[in-house]
Parts: sequence; C-alpha cells; structure tokens
Amino acid sequence: MKTIATKLSVRAAALALAALMPLAAHAHRQWLLPSATVLSGSDPWVTVDAAVSNDLFYFEHFPLRLDNLAVTAPDGAAAKVENAGTGRYRSTFDVHLTQPGTYKVAVVNRGLFASYKDGNGQTKRWRGTAETFAKEVPAGAQDLQVTQADSRVEAFVTAGKPSARVLQTTGVGLELAPVTHPNDLVAGDAASFRLLLDGKPAANVKVAVVPGGIRYRDQLQEIALTTDADGKFSVKWPAPGMYWMEAEVRDDKAAVKEAKTRRASYAATVEVLPQ
Amino acid sequence: MRRLLTVTLTGLAAAPFAAPAVAAEMNVKVEIPRLNVAEYHKPYVSIWIERADQSPAATLAVWYDVKHKDGEGTKWLKDMRQWWRKAGRDMQMPADGISGATRAAGEHTLTFTDGKAPLGKLPAGDYQLVVEAAREVGGRELLRVPFAWPPKAAASAKAAGAHELGTVTVDLKP
Repeated sequence: MKTIATKLSVRAAALALAALMPLAAHAHRQWLLPSATVLSGSDPWVTVDAAVSNDLFYFEHFPLRLDNLAVTAPDGAAAKVENAGTGRYRSTFDVHLTQPGTYKVAVVNRGLFASYKDGNGQTKRWRGTAETFAKEVPAGAQDLQVTQADSRVEAFVTAGKPSARVLQTTGVGLELAPVTHPNDLVAGDAASFRLLLDGKPAANVKVAVVPGGIRYRDQLQEIALTTDADGKFSVKWPAPGMYWMEAEVRDDKAAVKEAKTRRASYAATVEVLPQ
Repeated sequence: MRRLLTVTLTGLAAAPFAAPAVAAEMNVKVEIPRLNVAEYHKPYVSIWIERADQSPAATLAVWYDVKHKDGEGTKWLKDMRQWWRKAGRDMQMPADGISGATRAAGEHTLTFTDGKAPLGKLPAGDYQLVVEAAREVGGRELLRVPFAWPPKAAASAKAAGAHELGTVTVDLKP
C-alpha cells in the first residue's frame, strides 16, 4: 500500500519537475557549435550542434530547438539548412557553404515569461508567446509579472576569404557588431567587439567569455568584461579553442504590451585558433 | 680635339656596362623528415615571405595534394593555418609557378630570382622566410628564417624543425 502511494507521489513530483524544466533550461547556456569556422576547399560543408546545457560545450541537458534558426549566406540571402534533426540532448544540422565568404548562423527567440498567483494563492509560471498569452494566462490574474525574453544565439563560419556583410545587425534586441572579424581569432592576440541594444551602443553591459572544455578542469576560467561607453569590449585570448561569449540586458523597453520588463540576451560561439 | 671628344664619349658609354648585370638570388632548402609512422602522408607545405611587421610579401611555394579527385586536396589548405590566414585565403589554387604536388621525405631546393615571379621585386628591408608544414593525421610545424634584402654579400641562415620539418636553409647570392 505504502509502496504504491510513494510511487504515485514520486511520479507526480517528476511530472511537476518536468513541467518546470523548460523554464529552468533557460537559465543554462544556449550555444551553437560548428564543426569548423575556418574552411578551405571547393565544396565546404559545416555541421552545427545546437544545445542548451550547463557545461561547454557538452550536450547534456536539452537540445536547442531549431524553429527560429536562420542561416545567412555571404551575399545576404538565406542559406539552406539541411539534415536538421533534434535529439535528446542536441539538435544538429548541416550547411553547404556554396559561396565563398562568411555565413552567420543564428537562432533568435522571442517569448514571454509570466508568473502570477492562481485562485489558491499558488505561484504559477507560464512561458509562451504574445499570441498564446491571452489564451493561457487568466485575465486579471493576481500578482501578474510579465517579462519579454529575447535571446539571440549565434555562430559564424567562413569559407575562404572572410566577408563582412553578414556582420551587419538588425537593430532589434541585443546584438554583436564585431570589430575584429569573428573568424580571424588567434590565441595570444586581442579581439574587439561591440554590443548593440536596439541598434545603439550597449554601454556598461557585463560580458562573460568562457572557454570550452569545462568538464576537464577545476576552474571556470571565465573572463569577465564590461562594455565601455561605446558598447565595445576587448578580449585577449589566453589559449586556442572554442569560446562562448554571453551578455544580458534587463530594461523596461518591452515591445509587447503585456510585458513590463524586457530581458535581452546574446550568446555567440567563437573559435580561437592556435598561433 | 675631335679625337678627345670621341674617346670621352666612348668612355661614358662604356661605363654602364662595367657593373655585372646579375640579379640577386635566393636558394631555399627545405628538409622533409623521414618519419616512421603507421599511416604516412606527405606533408602540405607552404613557403612565403613576411615583412618585418609580419605582413605577407609573397607566397613562394605551396605543396599540396593537387591530384586529389574532385579537387578535394584544397580542403586541407587551411591546416597550414598561418599561411592560410596571411595569404592562402586570398589566393586561388592551383597558382601558376607557386603550387605543386606534395614532396617526399628528403631535401628540396628551390631557387628564386630577384625581379622574377614568384619572388618579384622585394623592396629593401628585413624579412623572414616562413615555412609551414601540416601532415594528414600528423602534426603541424612552422619555421622562420630572418634575412635582409637585397643581399650585399653572400649570406646563409637556417632554422631547425623538431617534428614535421627538418632544417630550412636560406642562401642568398647578391
């Protein structure tokens, strides 16, 4: 008797936890990992992993959904995404680099997070879009707090000679306007980048730069930087490898009327080659 | 009077031909080491000249798998990562007078003449000859040999590699 009851309560707890999981997953690191970022040859392809995880760059938590994946070719056109699949811990897709130059791979998600108290005084959390908000969140909910959450996750790959066109920003949300070309990074050298928020320099924003390979060392070795008045930050790469750069801004400039606050985040994976 | 003039004119005319008209020469010897490995592939090698500020001046040679089917040999050019970044990615392969097949273990000598491609006309100054080798399922090594151009006297400099390259020697002849 006791055993069955325990089993049921354990299952209920697991279900409750699973319902919360997608929200918890947001707090983790979202990243794209290309098979290579510097390519030569007449017919280059890249395979890209996309995941949400704790440790970089290991897929051990959730796949990054590819619904809002956009790959831009050097000439500005949309490049084809091929062989896309989403598994348990990662999504994977291929891009055929048919043009010489730099491609931008980006997953841009816009969503709403809400918390409110239900009839029993229980805190409920909701996650969705502006469209589903009206349907799923009760009107006149108690203690309603709505946040617009925009996230942009990017990676850059270059076939042959790097080009600059894809580095142009859209002027919406938190974006990276590289000063140093992201596929021109070498260990020991310094690179500089600029963060823009809605097209304007994002000054005084904290940026975290984390080298991959966390599983095999004790210390995170995170490089903590802050953008200057011009939105610029500079990194001197301590060693070759894949690095994850991330920044987040919170303000009240939500575009969606239901939301009072906006949380705009940006993450990019860059490859630093050895000297 | 007339005779004097004639002699003088002849003397003046003869002057330019007094100096020897031989262009400066650079001999580059690259030693590819004999390696005892299970799966051996001849290395990709690129040889180029850098200025004092490490900017590329000229690519002299690129040895890669030119005969690979579907032209796939160019896929691995980027593994010569310094050369690729400095010059390779701006070039088209094959490049006449520069690219060629990979070479076997042993000593290989290349001769370059001032004013002739691919060396061309190098402005006077301090340079480095750079050799980068990348081997399939193997390693990668880069060597630099500094030299001054044009050579005022015969000069020789060398650099020794540790694993993917043997000795690289640069002999200059004025």
